[in-house]
Amino acid sequence: MSTETVKAPVKVKVSGERLFSPKNKKLVTDPLNDSNPITVQVLGICSALAVTTKMEPSIVMAMAVVVVCAFSNLVISIIRNIIPNRIRIIVQLTVVASLVILVDQVLKAYVYDVSKQLSVFVGLIITNCIIMGRLEAFAMGNKPWPAFLDGVGNGIGYGLILVLVSAVRELLGSGELMGFRIVPDSFYKLGYFNNGLAILPPMALIVVGVFIWIQRTKNPKLVENN
Amino acid sequence: MKPIRKIVDKVKPNFEKGGKLEKFYPAFNAFETFLFVPEHTTPSQGAHIRDAIDLKRTMILVVISMVPCLLFGMWNIGYQHYLALGISDATFMQQVGFGAIKVLPIVIVSYVTGLTVEFIFAIIRKHVINEGFLVTGMLIPLVMPVDVPLWMVSVSTIFAVIIGKEVFGGTGMNILNPALTARAFLFFAYPTKMSGNEVWINTSLKEGQQVVDGFSGATPLGNAAADLKENIPGVWESFVGFIPGSIGETSTLACLIGAAILLFTGIGSWRIMLSVFIGGYLMAIVLNLFGLNTLMQLSPVHHLVLGGFAFGAVFMATDPVTASHTNTGKYIYGFLIGLFAILIRVFNPAYPEGMMLAILFMNIMAPLIDHYVVQANINRRLKRIRIHDK
Repeated sequence: MSTETVKAPVKVKVSGERLFSPKNKKLVTDPLNDSNPITVQVLGICSALAVTTKMEPSIVMAMAVVVVCAFSNLVISIIRNIIPNRIRIIVQLTVVASLVILVDQVLKAYVYDVSKQLSVFVGLIITNCIIMGRLEAFAMGNKPWPAFLDGVGNGIGYGLILVLVSAVRELLGSGELMGFRIVPDSFYKLGYFNNGLAILPPMALIVVGVFIWIQRTKNPKLVENN
Repeated sequence: MKPIRKIVDKVKPNFEKGGKLEKFYPAFNAFETFLFVPEHTTPSQGAHIRDAIDLKRTMILVVISMVPCLLFGMWNIGYQHYLALGISDATFMQQVGFGAIKVLPIVIVSYVTGLTVEFIFAIIRKHVINEGFLVTGMLIPLVMPVDVPLWMVSVSTIFAVIIGKEVFGGTGMNILNPALTARAFLFFAYPTKMSGNEVWINTSLKEGQQVVDGFSGATPLGNAAADLKENIPGVWESFVGFIPGSIGETSTLACLIGAAILLFTGIGSWRIMLSVFIGGYLMAIVLNLFGLNTLMQLSPVHHLVLGGFAFGAVFMATDPVTASHTNTGKYIYGFLIGLFAILIRVFNPAYPEGMMLAILFMNIMAPLIDHYVVQANINRRLKRIRIHDK
């Protein structure tokens, strides 16, 4: 999965001691729109296709990724100066894997049903390109606090798209949101049918594509000039 | 025509630059050029092809070539309906009338929703309206079963025009055939209304009517997939089209009339049509050698006249936008469509109609085929140069 080339570490200077300086705020807000991991960088597509048939699992998945992404960024950033460069990927994977196991155990303990629905995709967070990408591109070159914020931002940016896609798919595919019936029974009596395509993976790709389309229309910065 | 011209000329200033309805110029332009041949012609400089026929006239010719299928479809809908009810004294006009009542709303819904989406896009994107939808709007009803709910036709048309076409930049840019995109969307989104035995023949009953004994409503291919050999109609019957199926696809004869019109006017590619049939024929022969089930045992000719094979070969595969553009590529493209159509039909009983999936698949592959054909040509020429160099 993580075959994408990773950019060289970006240095972000922390101005003064303020925790939420404009630059730090940007670390959280940027991934929501201008550099969204899914719609702009097109990372982490695999899980976005797989878990978004219903809203509940995708919200849980989003939270899991936020936690893993934020804390792995934090940990790696703390030990970034003592990691030997040649084995950094292994170290990163170890940290991410331990965090994922933690998250998996918590999910199994508290939301067992959802954890079963997500099945392997919790484990596969380890291979999520977003997390590896942020570790390489950001945490390896920045201080712990900005790295943590960057992880939170990217996790939320990923989760946002996940939740939006799953909302569209659940509404069209099952007529429900979060398991509550939205489309009234009278519609079904009039001949309305749930859209079977919406619960098949291709529809997730189409919905993500439509989101990218909308985003680029609203945000001309993202459009390449060629 | 004079009075119409006068009206058009009168309202024209409103739509031109500075007029109060300037925004709607694309819509106005579409109507004007639809009614009259546009005055502006290709300028004398540049390397454009000069031809009296323009895109609108081309598209209308394709629509005309589909009329036999449409008319036969209407009659067949009525014929199948009365057959299912066991009414043998229904007149020809009754049958056509019943079919028309069922089919025309689908045609109207398809055109109205599709053109609305096209107009909205043209106005937002400020480009002239493309004529491609004239054909798509007619193809969509022809590949629908008669009992499909109208709102589904509408939804699938919107999906096809937006996701199948406008996303890629409109007519001429699309990768997938929009009409087949609409059908594939319905097929996967609402399978109960697009496949099975319920939807191909309208059996709406009036007081005191009932369906004849032994009526199943299955298409010939459905029967073949279910190993019901005795229920498969004969070759001649299937060729003329007295079989249940989507509205326009049942009659191979009507498709061939359409093919003749397309070939005579030079719009359709004979290379694609021919190679689709050859591909299907050869694949069927190969499967005959195994002959493990009813579908495999069907004779090659029988395979070609059943289902949407002929319709797809004539009207869908030859879509100039989504097909291969090189001549060699066209042979490969068509051949593989025929081959895959029969292959899917036989080996995947869930999708008895392999033609749709085969064409969509080859639509995606068409640029690749073109790439290698062009590349092969370049390599050949390079080789020639090198020989001369020595």
